[in-house]
Amino acid sequence: MGELVKITKVSGTAVAIRGNDIDTDRIIPARYLKEVTFARMGSYPFFDERFDANGQQKPHPLNDAKYKGASILFVNKNFGCGSSREHAPQALYRFGIQAIVGESFAAIFAGNCTIMGVPAVTVSHEQVELMMKTVEQNPQTQFTVDIENKRITFGETQIATDLPETYRSALTSGSWDSTAMLRANLDQVKKTASRLPYMNRFAS
Amino acid sequence: MAERTLYDKIWQSHTVGVLPTGQTQLFIGLHLIHEITTAPAFDMLRENGLDVAFPGRTFATVDHIVPTDIRSRPFLDSEAEELTKALEKNVRQFGVEFFGLDSPNQGIVHVIGPQLGLTQPGMTLACGDSHTSTHGAFGTLAFGIGTSQVRDVLATQTLAMDKLKVRQIRVNGSLGTGVYAKDVILSIIRRLGVSGGKGFAYEYSGLVIDRMNMEERMTVCNMSIEGGALVGYVNPDATTFEFLKGRPYVPKREAFERAVNYWKSVASDADAKYDDVVNMEGKDIEPTVTWGINPGQAVGISEKLPKPEDYGDPDGAKKAYEHMGWQPGSPILGTPINVAFIGSCTNSRMTDLRAAAKIAQGRKVKAGIRALVVPGSAEVKKLAEQEGLHDVFKEAGFEWREAGCSMCLAMNPDKLNGREISASSSNRNFIGRQGSPGGRTLLMSPAMVAAAALNGKVVDVREYQ
Repeated sequence: MGELVKITKVSGTAVAIRGNDIDTDRIIPARYLKEVTFARMGSYPFFDERFDANGQQKPHPLNDAKYKGASILFVNKNFGCGSSREHAPQALYRFGIQAIVGESFAAIFAGNCTIMGVPAVTVSHEQVELMMKTVEQNPQTQFTVDIENKRITFGETQIATDLPETYRSALTSGSWDSTAMLRANLDQVKKTASRLPYMNRFAS
Repeated sequence: MAERTLYDKIWQSHTVGVLPTGQTQLFIGLHLIHEITTAPAFDMLRENGLDVAFPGRTFATVDHIVPTDIRSRPFLDSEAEELTKALEKNVRQFGVEFFGLDSPNQGIVHVIGPQLGLTQPGMTLACGDSHTSTHGAFGTLAFGIGTSQVRDVLATQTLAMDKLKVRQIRVNGSLGTGVYAKDVILSIIRRLGVSGGKGFAYEYSGLVIDRMNMEERMTVCNMSIEGGALVGYVNPDATTFEFLKGRPYVPKREAFERAVNYWKSVASDADAKYDDVVNMEGKDIEPTVTWGINPGQAVGISEKLPKPEDYGDPDGAKKAYEHMGWQPGSPILGTPINVAFIGSCTNSRMTDLRAAAKIAQGRKVKAGIRALVVPGSAEVKKLAEQEGLHDVFKEAGFEWREAGCSMCLAMNPDKLNGREISASSSNRNFIGRQGSPGGRTLLMSPAMVAAAALNGKVVDVREYQ
């Protein structure tokens, strides 16, 4: 709740993780939710898909040296479905992902990303395929996810993105970290509460 | 946009104002917390020198990581011990009421809220768990949130939210024998898809829902999120009020009458407008079993496994076949199992245990099958024991455990091993969900799980009726 951090664009290389309906149990297995803080979550994204039972690496885009340092993640449909665990976007963010571009996101996951200041923007199936192929053919491609103007640029290509206006506003104004914005209205909150009959146990 | 629905009414009465971002600041009437998703939220409060704005509106319990066999402290799992201690410290420091391991009110957060009468119609309710939609069974606007949102609720008792559309799902007619609430919600998800509910609140209605008891309605609402809907609810009615009457946190006498009047007023109006309406027939619903790696990949018990091409996402279906190891065209009937799990916030209440016990009564779990019954709360455990259900299960060869989330997500010692196949009354068949990366989960009703345990394979529970 310090300085407002405005998130207007994310630039960098990218990595693609293909497949629809990738759930948060796959993004981060539940056993890592036993940790008291998010501090080490960056070691765990897609752990069981990246490592075998002996801790040996398996082929996975997040293990592939050619995508090292990627800050943008391309995904398909309904990414982040399932559990509300914020550990999932925390794991991706702490691994280095600062923006996620996909066909669609599960509701709680998209909300978690936004409140952490990680844009989760949507594009069509064809567009994400184009970007996935681009990054797979040339991992050094530089992408810019422009939140302010709702577009992605790479090389000569420009793609329009979709992002709910409220999320765009929260990110670009710096109020994605919402506590201060909400706390500013505490008087009004108390007034709203006082009008709800259950707040005084229906005493009158 | 929908108008005069329960969702619209509660949204309106809980709106604090419109935020500069365009989001609505929504008052949260009840906040439930547990050990898993809250520790960093309390840390954020401490870092920013904030208090809990309405400490009387947050209630805590431990459910996800608690062992369901040996519960003496410290837990054998040091991480579980540390996380539990963190919650115990946080509730003490911030003045939050806590139903700990020793409390008769301990249990799965979505079981104890309704059981205590904390969950009431016409409220907003948030919890750092996606199955918070369970509470929608009471006509409560209830939804799961992440940890940063838990922080916001603690610090302000509000959330920055965007309004949803409302889809009415009418389940008409009646259900056949051996067909349960679990089969209804699995059929709904199968039909509308695992992301079909994105952007919607689901209002469940129709005769089938009207005739359900509250525990059955909870089973339906519980899995709304598995259909992509953040919120699912049933309009409150006489069944709701009867369930709530006399529960510890429900007002008494004249106050109860006033409460009922308020609860009636929040139900969707007869002429409410919906963004979408879906009709289903109860008679079309069979005992339903998932065969794949998401809850939408399900079939009726008499059906054969579908071709990947039958799905909108054939690649996803192929991945499911690859993980599960079966072939399109084979029957689900007769699929072997290794483990049977009856429990979870979906199906661990008295209605569920009674249905499973009826099947298990006087029979034996097939040799070699590990079968667990994990009641949803200490109270459910007590009531079940008063009815002798524990003896029915134990005599049949089931293990009878203490309350917790257990093998639904395997954060405690209850886990699948290797490639084991589990018949499970829980809510998610995701890869790795039950604790083994290679493990396989078949979701079904508690009665179907009991029948599978007796036979060591998937059978049609209707054979027992």
